[in-house]
Amino acid sequence: MFWEPKIETMPVEDLHRLQYKLLKSLVYRLYSFSEFYHRRMEDAGVHPDDIRVLADLKNLPFMFKRDLRDNYPDKIFTATPEELVRYHVSSGTTGKPTVVGYTANDLENWTVSLARALTSIGLSSRDVVLVSYGYGLFTGGLGLHYGAERIGATVIPTSVGNTERQIELMQDLRATAIACTPSYMLHMGEVAEKMGISLQKDTQLRVGILGAEPWSERMRNRMQEWLGIRAYDIYGTSELSGPLFTECTEQKGFHVWGDFALTEIVDPATGESLGPGEKGELTMTILQKEALPMVRFRIGDVTEMDEGICACGRTHPRVMRITGRVDDMLIIRGINVFPSQIEHTLMSIPEVGKHFMIEVDRKMELDTVLVRVEVSPEAFSDKITDLMRLKAMVAGKVRSALNVNADVELAEPGTLPRFEGKAKRVIDRRKL
Amino acid sequence: MDTEEFVIKQVSIFSENKPGRLAAMAKALQEEQVNILAFSIAEAGEFGVVRALVDQPEKAYKKLTSMGFVVSFTEVIGVKMRDEPGGLYEVARILGEAKINIEYSYSYSGKGMAVLILRVDNTREAITQIRAHGGELVRLPPAAIPGPAGKGR
Repeated sequence: MFWEPKIETMPVEDLHRLQYKLLKSLVYRLYSFSEFYHRRMEDAGVHPDDIRVLADLKNLPFMFKRDLRDNYPDKIFTATPEELVRYHVSSGTTGKPTVVGYTANDLENWTVSLARALTSIGLSSRDVVLVSYGYGLFTGGLGLHYGAERIGATVIPTSVGNTERQIELMQDLRATAIACTPSYMLHMGEVAEKMGISLQKDTQLRVGILGAEPWSERMRNRMQEWLGIRAYDIYGTSELSGPLFTECTEQKGFHVWGDFALTEIVDPATGESLGPGEKGELTMTILQKEALPMVRFRIGDVTEMDEGICACGRTHPRVMRITGRVDDMLIIRGINVFPSQIEHTLMSIPEVGKHFMIEVDRKMELDTVLVRVEVSPEAFSDKITDLMRLKAMVAGKVRSALNVNADVELAEPGTLPRFEGKAKRVIDRRKL
Repeated sequence: MDTEEFVIKQVSIFSENKPGRLAAMAKALQEEQVNILAFSIAEAGEFGVVRALVDQPEKAYKKLTSMGFVVSFTEVIGVKMRDEPGGLYEVARILGEAKINIEYSYSYSGKGMAVLILRVDNTREAITQIRAHGGELVRLPPAAIPGPAGKGR
């Protein structure tokens, strides 16, 4: 099944020709109308006229997440206030979050991208989709919501939380698909069993659209066997609009719609382009973004790509499973967390020293975070209640900064590890 | 006698709740020839607070701090109790009627006599009230605390 068969199965040469046209007009537009991109291109010594073939893409300068942070909140937007129709906000690397703006066309392209993707995994207007990604500033909930509605599926917008109720609704409203993080899918399976419900036998569920955090083939096999679903990877980041691409029924990498995005894999150290099958940093250029164009955006995820034509008939390139990060970003219950954010938060609390450790575990399939801090001698009170209050205060500040619940432990000063050079403050014990 | 004489400097130590921490403290105090007269541990999950009455608080503070422990002084009082039924009630009643709140306490029991160590929200008023009601308080330094622990020096 195809949502837009003509585009999805377009001959590769035609697709490349279309991409070149879109890239060329994007570059001219940015050079003419965006101070930021104009300066970037001048600094890189490249003019729109220099882009003569698709491969000239590699002469354009990269963009990084820090460009969004440095230009907070909307300094590099290329849409007028009248054209903007929505904002989404995600965590930044330190104090400031990242704001992404959307025009009506941006939302339309996002929705169409997901309509194609959901169709490619066999969903249609006959399906009932439980969207259990967070609705709100996070892109997951609203993205899947409009994508599923576009193909005529019925959406149950549960958002996150209250797992028992979600399982009840899944049964009562005969949900056939669910969109959530892979760890939450497993958690749901466990909660359902405790309720005496088998997702395999007692529900209509047959498809999982799982993403926002890394997972593995091992997890896929386990879910497919245990829960009786077909489990598909979905990919996207807020900077690119949100979740955009999924695997097709072949389950061999997610299709990146070539008319929306140009995909590159680059060496994270040198920025040089890598070939098919070579692992490197995923880098994307969104060809038709109006409010916040992304050119050669270095996403930080490590993977490889396959430009061969898929058995499903789609000609658009596929990107394989994400296997790691080029930086120290953590994903906790689908939320991106940078250790630098935690450091930034702790620096504002004089009662705890600047040394800390982060321990991440997975208990009952859910991620847990423990932040260990040293209690400063000045803040030490002989009263246990004062120390408990200090812990609660630190946990509260971490929560409001990261949107993640963390446990806090107080340690004696000088006992947490000290680092020379690159700090390794994260112990991640999760096994995917 | 002046109220201040009955204010005792308790040494409070922050400690992670893991094997060997108490031994490290105790060993350090032994090396410094500091005698522990009474002590308690208040635990709260991953950490605890060790509270100790010692014969040489300054020396203990210096040593433990130099080892990296977080140490503070806390003012407490030591009330002598009859080591028989009703002993605790006498003390608690005096403080209760005077509207003095006990934040925490621990006790020590020696020969024919028990000592209740109290952290209260108004130390001076507690001393005045207990003495006015005929109660007896201990003074440190300390051979004043009777029994085996008091012998050292």
